[in-house]
Amino acid sequence: MIRKVITWLKRIGPWTALGLFAAGIVFWGGFNWTLEMTNTERFCISCHEMEENVFKEYRHTIHYTNRSGVRATCPDCHVPKEWGPKIVRKIQASNEVLHKVLGSIDTPEKFQDKRIKLAESEWARMRANDSQECRNCHHYEYMDFGEQGRRAVRTHSVAFSKGATCIDCHRGIAHQLPPIDQEIGAPRPAGTAVKAN
Amino acid sequence: MRSANRKSVKALIASAALAFAGAALAQDKVAPIRGATPIPDLNPADTYRMEKHDRPIPRSHPWQPPIIPHNVKGYQITKNVNTCMVCHSRKAAPNTGATPVGKSHYVDREGKEHPNISTRRYFCLQCHVPQFDADPLVGNTFRSAGK
Repeated sequence: MIRKVITWLKRIGPWTALGLFAAGIVFWGGFNWTLEMTNTERFCISCHEMEENVFKEYRHTIHYTNRSGVRATCPDCHVPKEWGPKIVRKIQASNEVLHKVLGSIDTPEKFQDKRIKLAESEWARMRANDSQECRNCHHYEYMDFGEQGRRAVRTHSVAFSKGATCIDCHRGIAHQLPPIDQEIGAPRPAGTAVKAN
Repeated sequence: MRSANRKSVKALIASAALAFAGAALAQDKVAPIRGATPIPDLNPADTYRMEKHDRPIPRSHPWQPPIIPHNVKGYQITKNVNTCMVCHSRKAAPNTGATPVGKSHYVDREGKEHPNISTRRYFCLQCHVPQFDADPLVGNTFRSAGK
């Protein structure tokens, strides 16, 4: 195998080999640069669907406004950091481009109607990877229970031992929740609400 | 036809006169309660934090809606969800250790009891309030009836 490569290199000559190597760097760099361009908050809210709905809600939450000025922006939670899962998610996002073109959620009313579906698919994604995007910053193992509140310690230890993942409880922390059936007033019609935890 | 025209001309003149009178009135100075003090010279807004007690605060008189002993910043009470009920509902309270919703909250305004919480109790913060670290603006001699 190595011998084959060496004979091939001898055949094309050192300059061509060097040129190919440089071209590889440029193409890979360009690809990665473009990919990262689509991984910014500015890119996400360039669609009014995102800016008018989820971004507006997110601006009132701890991940946007807080005492220390650290932010978790859209891709920090919604796009995996690891290369493989990131590419998979980016390919899946072509479906979102299709629905942008179709105008599936181009008014706040349409967005509200789809909120259950959108939220549940994102919750399912986070459950499937054990809330990896949360844990990129919030490690279970690094949590100092001595610093946490009474309630947090109790709930966390029970939940971790049961194998629960972040999103099982911490839903709707950055965006508004879809309708949840909480046994208040008249029961919500079937299929119009998510079951409470 | 003619009289109708004359009427509309009269109406036009009347409305023009009214508009002039309105403009003249608007030029009279409005006397604000704060007097001549310009807005930037008023007291700066103080920043207060919601207090976190981490356990129930005793009531200071019978029938007082219990005070919220924790921060409720960012809690959603929307058409879709009532975040308070995530912990304080009867179902969740035994697991979360929160005070469960009172029996009275299941009674509608006709006095009928329901299996679900009455919608008139939906907006928790109408009666239950969090506490801030602000000093009372005016001193008082209130003494709790419980003590």
